[in-house]
Formats: sequence, C-alpha cells, structure tokens
Amino acid sequence: MTDRTALLKRAMASRILVLDGAMGTMIQSFKLGEEDFRGDLFKSKAKDIKGNNDILAMTKPELIYEIHKKFLEAGADIIETNSFNATSISQADYEMEDVIYDLNVACAKVARKAADEFTAKTPDKPRFVAGVLGPTSRTASLSPDVNDPAFRNISFDELVESYKEATRGLIDGGVDIILIETIFDTLNAKAAIFAVQLVFEEKNMDLPIMISGTITDASGRTLSGQTAEAFWYSVRHANPISVGFNCALGAKELRRHVVALSKVADTAVSAHPNAGLPNEMGEYDESPEEMTAQLKEWAESGYLNIVGGCCGTRPDHIKAIAAGVAGIKPRKIPHFEPHMRLSGLEPFKVI
Amino acid sequence: MTKRQGIFINIGERTNVTGSAKFKKLILNGEFDAALEVALQQVEAGAQIIDVNMDEAMLDSEAAMVKFLNLIASEPEISRVPIMIDSSKWSVIEAGLKCVQGKAIVNSISLKEGEDIFIRQAKLIKRYGAATVVMAFDENGQADTLDRKYEICERSYKILTGKVGFPPEDIIFDPNIFAVATGIEEHNNYGVDFIEATRKITDNLPYCHVSGGVSNVSFSFRGNNPVREAMHSVFLYHAIQAGMDMGIVNAGMMTVYSEIPNELRERVEDVILNRRSDATDRLLEIAEKYKGEAGEEKKEDLEWRKGTAEERLSHALVKGITAFIEADTEEARQKFDRPLEVIEGPLMAGMNIVGDLFGSGQMFLPQVVKSARVMKQAVAYLLPFIEAEKVEGETSSSNGKILMATVKGDVHDIGKNIVGVVLQCNNYEVIDMGVMVPCEDILQKAKDENVDMIGLSGLITPSLEEMCTVAAEMERLDMKLPLLIGGATTSKVHTAVKIAPNYSGPLVYVLDASRAVGVAGSLLNETTKDKFSSDVAKEYLDIRTKYENRDKKDNQVTIAEARENHFKIDWNSYVPEKPNFTGLKTFVDYDLSDLVNTIDWTPFFRTWELAGTYPQILTDKVVGKSASDLFKDAQNMLQKIVDEKWLKAKAVIGFWPANAVGDDVELYSDDKRSDTIETIHFLRQQMKKRSGKSNMCLADFIAPRETGIHDYMGGFAVTAGIGIEEKLALFKGTHDDYNDILLKALADRLAESFAEHMHLRVRKEFWGYARDENFDNQDLIKERFRGIRPAPGYPACPDHTEKPALFSLLNARQNAGIELTDSMAMLPASSVSGYYMAHPESQFFGIGKISKDQVEDYAKRKDMDLATVERWLAPNLAYVRK
Repeated sequence: MTDRTALLKRAMASRILVLDGAMGTMIQSFKLGEEDFRGDLFKSKAKDIKGNNDILAMTKPELIYEIHKKFLEAGADIIETNSFNATSISQADYEMEDVIYDLNVACAKVARKAADEFTAKTPDKPRFVAGVLGPTSRTASLSPDVNDPAFRNISFDELVESYKEATRGLIDGGVDIILIETIFDTLNAKAAIFAVQLVFEEKNMDLPIMISGTITDASGRTLSGQTAEAFWYSVRHANPISVGFNCALGAKELRRHVVALSKVADTAVSAHPNAGLPNEMGEYDESPEEMTAQLKEWAESGYLNIVGGCCGTRPDHIKAIAAGVAGIKPRKIPHFEPHMRLSGLEPFKVI
Repeated sequence: MTKRQGIFINIGERTNVTGSAKFKKLILNGEFDAALEVALQQVEAGAQIIDVNMDEAMLDSEAAMVKFLNLIASEPEISRVPIMIDSSKWSVIEAGLKCVQGKAIVNSISLKEGEDIFIRQAKLIKRYGAATVVMAFDENGQADTLDRKYEICERSYKILTGKVGFPPEDIIFDPNIFAVATGIEEHNNYGVDFIEATRKITDNLPYCHVSGGVSNVSFSFRGNNPVREAMHSVFLYHAIQAGMDMGIVNAGMMTVYSEIPNELRERVEDVILNRRSDATDRLLEIAEKYKGEAGEEKKEDLEWRKGTAEERLSHALVKGITAFIEADTEEARQKFDRPLEVIEGPLMAGMNIVGDLFGSGQMFLPQVVKSARVMKQAVAYLLPFIEAEKVEGETSSSNGKILMATVKGDVHDIGKNIVGVVLQCNNYEVIDMGVMVPCEDILQKAKDENVDMIGLSGLITPSLEEMCTVAAEMERLDMKLPLLIGGATTSKVHTAVKIAPNYSGPLVYVLDASRAVGVAGSLLNETTKDKFSSDVAKEYLDIRTKYENRDKKDNQVTIAEARENHFKIDWNSYVPEKPNFTGLKTFVDYDLSDLVNTIDWTPFFRTWELAGTYPQILTDKVVGKSASDLFKDAQNMLQKIVDEKWLKAKAVIGFWPANAVGDDVELYSDDKRSDTIETIHFLRQQMKKRSGKSNMCLADFIAPRETGIHDYMGGFAVTAGIGIEEKLALFKGTHDDYNDILLKALADRLAESFAEHMHLRVRKEFWGYARDENFDNQDLIKERFRGIRPAPGYPACPDHTEKPALFSLLNARQNAGIELTDSMAMLPASSVSGYYMAHPESQFFGIGKISKDQVEDYAKRKDMDLATVERWLAPNLAYVRK
C-alpha cells in the first residue's frame, strides 16, 4: 500500500469524503470555439474536434487546472481527471486514437498539480486524484442492430486493450485512485477491471479502485438490465474501495438504489447524482440547497461514504454538499459471512 | 462456520449439447432461436442457473458459445439467471467469460494437467469475476474412491485459497458421481464414496460447495424411468444431508423421496448406500414391476400430419404412432421408384433419429420398442411389394444371416427385438430364437442354419455369466463365428474383461440397436472384417489391461513363482539372425510421402470422437457425412504437409548384441559380449494364471546369457513432429482450433505410420530376419508379421523411467530431435520410441498388477529408491503404497 492509499483509507474511516462536480458543465460555460480545442498541437488536424472536452487537458491545460482548483476550493477531497472519453474507442470519433497515452498522462498531471497545491495548503485535509475510466461509446453486451441480437460492435478484448492504454497514462501521470464510472454496461466495466488489474500486474503496483454504475431509468436497472444488487455481485471481484452510482438520475430518483447497494456492499458506498433531472431545455436546475438537503439525509441515515455531483453540479453545489455532510459519521462498512453471490440480470445468493 | 444442510440448487442441463440430443441438433443446424426457447423453458421451469455446453467435435465450440451467450444476453427472461459456462476446453470457457456481464460459474477446471495450468486458469477466472467448479481429477486421473476424492479436493482447495487467493465461497467441488448397480462389484460403493466425500469436504473445507451430475448414478437402469427417478431422489436425499448443495438435475426425472413405494425405496437405498452384497440383484428382481408406471400418454396433437410423407414417417417412428403408418407408407412407396427405397430412405432416417435419441439417453427402451413396432408395420406393409419386385427382376440376396437369442435364464427380449428389426430393415436375414434359449440349442441352430454370426442378449446379471458359457462353448467347438453381445446390463468393459478371454473368434459388444447395422456390416464385409475384429480385440485387450490394473491384489503370485512360470522358448532350436549392422543408423529428413499410404485412419476418427472403422465410417448413416468432410479436410492438409514440408520426419534406430539375465536384458558393445553398455529392465506379470498360460516378461523373448546363444535386440525413436510448433502457433494466432487439432492428429498418425514403416524396413532390410515378408496393409495392421516393437510406458513395459536409457543408447535427442520431459513425455508429441525384438514367438501382453516383492527387486535392479519406483508404477501396483 502506498502512503497516499493509507492516507485515503484513514480519511475515509474518519469522515464522508467529497467528490467534485461536473467537468463538462464547467467547460461548456466557457463557450470555447474550434481553435480553442485545437490549440497549437492539433492546428492542422483535418477533422473538427470541437466538443472533445478531454483533449483540452493537452491543448488548454490551464483551463482544466482552473476548474479543478474551483472544486478543490469548494471543498472536494477527491477530484476526477478530465478523461471521461479519453479511450481509443471514444476518441475514434475525433481520430485521436494515436495520442491516448499522452492524453491520459496530461489529464492526470493537471489534476495532480491542482490537488498537490491544495494538500500543501491544508495538510490535514489531503486531496486525491481519481483517474477516470469512462464507459466508452460502445457496449459489449448489447447489440446495436435490433435485427441481429447476437452482433456486437465491440469485444471484451478490444475494451481491455483500450482501457489498458488509458490506465497506463493515468497511472504514469500520477493518479491516486482508478475510478471506473458511469457504467451502463457491466461487461464494459468488467473489461475495465480486467485491464486495470493487468496494468497493476505489469507495473507491479496496486491502487484503490472505485466503481460507479448508472441506473438509467425508472425501471431501476442499468442500461444492460441489471439490478443494483446484481451489478454489485458482478464487479465485487475487483475488491474496490467503493461502489456506487452516478449520473442519469437526480438525488431523489437515485436514493432507493443507493440504499439497496448500501445494504449488500461490504465496501464503501459512493453517490454522485446529477443536479436533478434535465428540464425542457436540457438543463439541470436543481439548486445546491435542494440537492444538499437530500444528500444530507442519506448521510444521516448511514448510507454514504463518498458523495459528490455529476451533470449540472457546479462548485457551489459541491460547497453546499461538503458543508452539509461535514461532521456526519461515514457509513459503517458491514462484514458479511462469505457466501457465494452470483448474478444474471438479477442477484442469486447461495447460502 | 455454519453447516449448510438441505439447500439444493438446481442447475438446468438442457442447454448442453453433450446432454441433450435435441439441443445439439438445434445448434448444429444453426437453429439458435429454437435453442433459446430451450433455455427459456428451463428458466421458466425453475432452473436457478443454466448450464451452457457446446462441446461437440463437429462444432466451432467457441463461436457457438459466444453466439449463444450473446443471444441469451438479449433475452432478459433468460439472462436474469446466472450462467454456468461448461466446457472441457479452456479456450471455450474463456470465450464465454468474455460474454457475460453477470457473475457466472465456470464448469470446470481441475488438476488434471498439473498445478501450473490449474493456477493460471484459476487466476484468470478470478480476474473475470466468476466462481468455478473444480473436478476431483488430478494428474493421475479421475477420483473414484472416498480417499482420492477428498485428497484431490483438499489439495485443490489449498492451492486456490492459498496460492491463487480465490474466495473459498466461490469454489464448487464436483467429486464425480458414477453409475452404481452395473453388475461390476467395484462400482457398488461409488454412491457411498461420493456421499462420504461430500461430507468430508463440507466438514473440512470451509465455505465451499459440492455439486455433481446426478443422472449418472442410475445409468445402468436406462429405460426404466421409475427406478431411475427413485435412485435420483434417494441419492440426493442422502447426498444433500451430507452437504451437496448444487447439482445438474433433470427435474422431470425425480420423484419425491417419501412417495417412493417402501419396497422400492428400501432396495434402491441398499444399492445407493451399498448396504448388502446382493443389493443390485434384489433391485433388478423388482425393477420390472415398477417400469410400467411412467406417465400417461397425452392427447395427440395432429399438427404433424401437415408435413410431407417422409416427415410424417419420421415423426411416427420417433413418437411411436401406428395410427397412420400404412397410409403414409403407401404414399411414400408411390413417391419412390422401388419399395426398398422407402425402407432405406425415410424409414431408416427415422430409425437413425431414434437411435441417436436413445444413444444420448433422450429416449428410453419402451419408447424405442414403440418405434420398432411402427417400423415393423411399415416394413410388413412393404414386403409384398418387395417380393413382387424380386419375382420380376433380379434376386436380391440378403446381406447375411444372423442368429439372435436371449440366453438361458433370462426372459427379456425387447432390446434384442429392436436389433432384429433394425437388422432386417437393412436386409439381413434374422433368425430369432426368442428367450430362455439354452447354450446347446443356440450353437446347434447356428450350425444347422449356417448363420454368419450370433447375437446374444440379456438383461439380468446372471445372463452375463451365461454369455461367458456360450463363448467358452464356441471356443471348445472351435467355432469362428462372430459373436455379438448386447443388452441392458452388458457393457463393453464386461465383454472385454469377462467374455473375451473365453473366445478367440471375433467378439463385439453392441451398445444399442443403432450400432448393430454398422457392426454387422463391418464383420461380414470381406475387406474389412479382419481389421475390424482385430481393432476391437486390441481395444478390448486395452480395456482388460486397464481393468486388471484397477484390480485389488487378489490372485497374485510371488515373483519367484511368476519367474518359474516364465514364457518357455526352446532356445536350442533357435538361431538368431544377426542384424546387418550393430550400432546406430539415423534418418535426418525422411520422405513423408512414403508414410502417407500406410496411415491407419481408424484412430484418427476416434480422436474426433467419431466411432467407426475406416473406411466404412465414411458411409456410416450417422457420422458418415461428418467423417467424410473431416477426411477430405485431412487429405487436403496432408497434401500440404507433404508438398510444403510443414513437418519433418526424423528417426534413429540401433541394434546391439543382447542376452537376458533374469528379467533384465544386457546390451553389449560387441559380440565378445564382455562389455555391457546398458541394462534394460523389464517387469513380469504376477497375476495368477490358468495352467498352460505363462507369467510373461519381455525378457523371455531374448535368449538367456547361460544359453550361450548370440541374440540381439534393437531400439528406435521416430518423430513426424519437427516444425509443428510454428504451424500450430499460426493456427492458434487465428483461433483456428479446428486446424490446430487436425494438424496434431495428422502428425500423430504420420508418426505411428513412420514407426510401422520403419519396423517393416527393419524386418526386411536393416535386421533382415524377414527378407521375404510380403504382406498387404491389412496384414500389417493386424500385425501378422514376425517380431514386436514394444514401447516403454505401454502395457508390456509400463515403466516410463526406462526411456532415458533408450534415449541415451540412441542419442535420440541429437539424432532424431526428440526430447524427454521431466514426466518422460516425448517432445514433439508426435513421436514413437521402443525396442525391437525378433523372436517368432515374441508377442504383446499387459503386465497388469504387480506385487511389492517384484517392485522391491526391480528398484534394487534399477538402483532407484523404492518410493520413486512406486510412484512411477502407481497404476500397476497391486498394493497400497505408503
């Protein structure tokens, strides 16, 4: 265990840790143009790259650094790298597959720099960098062709390769945690876990893994159809430092799934919901106060170890959440007798 | 730890090509929608986990596994339950693991191929996030006793929880359920062994689970579902109490324990728990009584009447419906040019389906009898037309005349009747003597009618003894007729072990009616009959050797007595030929095209699990198509192997002056015979022999030193596998398992052919003791020639540790490019090595079990410590080693 991992575990034992908010929301507010995304580095690139937020870590690192700083100032203990789409699979849309490693290193470094500055300022509140592995733009257990349900446009092996490359960059750039998030297809997440463990083995090291799935709609299932509990049994072998849900729903809709998870997970539970559901204009408009009121109640009920925000959450949301959960005891991690836990779309316990 | 008891998880077994003929057919035909339907039915019927298995030689198993699992993923009603990914091939398992988002179970891994592979696979399973079944199987084979079962499970558990860090709650042990009440005494305790192993595992290995394939236990009562169902519930009743908590069970093949009639339950319990020595016989006594109790016929759905005449015939045969048979047969007759074609075409096609379903356990004897009845009616309807045609045209002679009888003391004839019907439909003349036929009547009738072969049938255990009597009587009367053995309690093992030693003529066990035609055809065809019977005889010898090796140490003689009873050769009348050279001769790049024609293809098909003899197998009704396709691919690849020099064949042979000293053979540097360069150590049979039979040892075929006779012995090592690794790597790289296996199988065949070819050249030119030998390939395969080439590690000289001496004599590594691994395996794998012995009376035999007195003496002779020798000879030990 590295010193920083020990530090993280100590912090988790003593308080509820706060994650940052929405990087994408923040970037959008700067209303950047094509040339901003290209910078000097990709000036002559044929394909337009406007909207490729991840690339900004290379072409406008000072902007990303500023956003990280704002969330750290708001009170985030853990900031997430700007690498949600920084895999070869997602970057293929921008024909950026050849810079994946460098991109992930850049994402990690800029976050590292911001976090280290704040740790230096407040040594009793160390800040951590979570290297983000996003879901990619493809799904390994769903067919994109309704007429050919056996078809897949991505394989497990391709995902593993893609995730390995990104993971190497994140680790070499200095992250403290690997965060596999916004999982809507658990098979993609399993490929990410597989890849991360391979890279750990290759580098003869180990970092804590955080896992966060997404419940996409009112059915209470992941996009690939699993219940919260089945999802947990599918990823439990990663031995993650936390498991939770993020995105898609607001706190109100997400609550029952986080509760379900907190009952069965023998690890920390995290939640970073959106700022409500999008309104008619596609905007998230839940106020910091509204959001905090709900999350505070979860924390008081003993469901939370890590909390933050996803789409639509700004520094003032994080600031309110951090203040709201301050002083509330983190959820006590339960210990269960070992029993076989299997899953399909639904959980299956062998007692 | 809390003791688990009474919980039982039912794993659905119908989506398994090895267990369900229906599912297999759907998959082979690419009918995945219907296959999904099977999976759905299982889940709806309450399966909590579904087992998916695609292990079928004619299938790209990996692709089928991936496709089926992908399809399941799109069916929420199926994919809500966990999947058990079932394959004996790791590559298929891994392909499956890459398709499931849930937490699955792998079925299975084991220590079969050693600890390294086991650990590697377990680590991967953990990383893929699955649980796993671990078979009680290790480097020495499958565990059958309580001690072995537990010992292997405990070792696996320690490796998994220790070295791999595998969660113990994710381990499911399968300690092997085997059939009981088979009539073979050694099987009687299998039920108890499993139950007790389960108890010991649950008591001592915390958090793990125990599972097994329950239907195996009742296999000997195939055809009698009420008894089987009772056996399953009794077995589970006790196994679950002992801690078994999962199992592959066909829910339709179970009764409620408490609802089994008392008499039946008591006798089944006697069998399962091995409570009395006559348990099997007592269950058989009453088994018939319960047979008829199976479920009632359902109201018939007439949808099938809409098919073509051929489809309707096939349906009627499979379902045993006679209502429309004459009309349908007439319709079919008008469609075909000749009435016989109706039998050979749609009717036989239907019977083949019945045979397949029966062979895979999907149909049971009573149903098959109904099918046979339908067949008989159809044939009866056609016979007048066939007769009429004969009068008009050519006279068609029958394929052969077969006498069939159920032996004395037995009244069961259903199976025999089916065989009779099927044979008649294939134009054999069948003389059926009925049931309870005394031996002398059978043999008298056989002579009077001048039949071509005799088929014996029987169901109850004493019939097995009576069959031995008939066989012995045929031997006494010097009859040479082929003898076929069949019936529910008969088995290949029983035929090989108990019946075969009584009769030197062709003897074949026939598994079921679907095989009868193939067997009869092979035995009566002039060009194939010799090879077929000798292949079968060889196979039976092999089974017998294996069986005897399992035997406990009864009937052993001391090594002194065994040596006294050695194989006697009149050395005074024998003048050994001197080989044309002594020392070594090497062949660096042997022309592969010389080896192609002498390939023995039958074992090639066996490798692919296609049963049958070459070349008949190519036209076999069931596997003919598959076999022909495979054969074509093999021929194409063989052409490339030769033309493009994919493989290189190398060999080294040598001859040395030699004399026997006791059970050893000394090899000398020259004919002065004073300088011993190597001593080859042989073992001697120690089983009690009937008078006139010797306790054999290979040293008996070499002239003893005290005779003063100048005898010789040779050695060889050949390979056809040089260069194979590069090619295999190419296939592996493209995940082309089919060609990977094909190439390995062909290289093996070429190596065997090379060994055979080299032996021929040795006999005719290098040693030259049979210059005038001129046999055709059939004779060669039958091994009619003089001299033998026994190989260390095989039944006549089972000690693998004699290989290093042979290899050093031949300098085989340098001269033939063959290496020996630590476990004495040859690399490349497609290699053969052994000794040459020339005496006309030299012959093959199996050593069987040997006692401690010989092993101690052998260890002294070899200057090895006893424990090491015992370890290598473990399968041959007649005693329990410390």
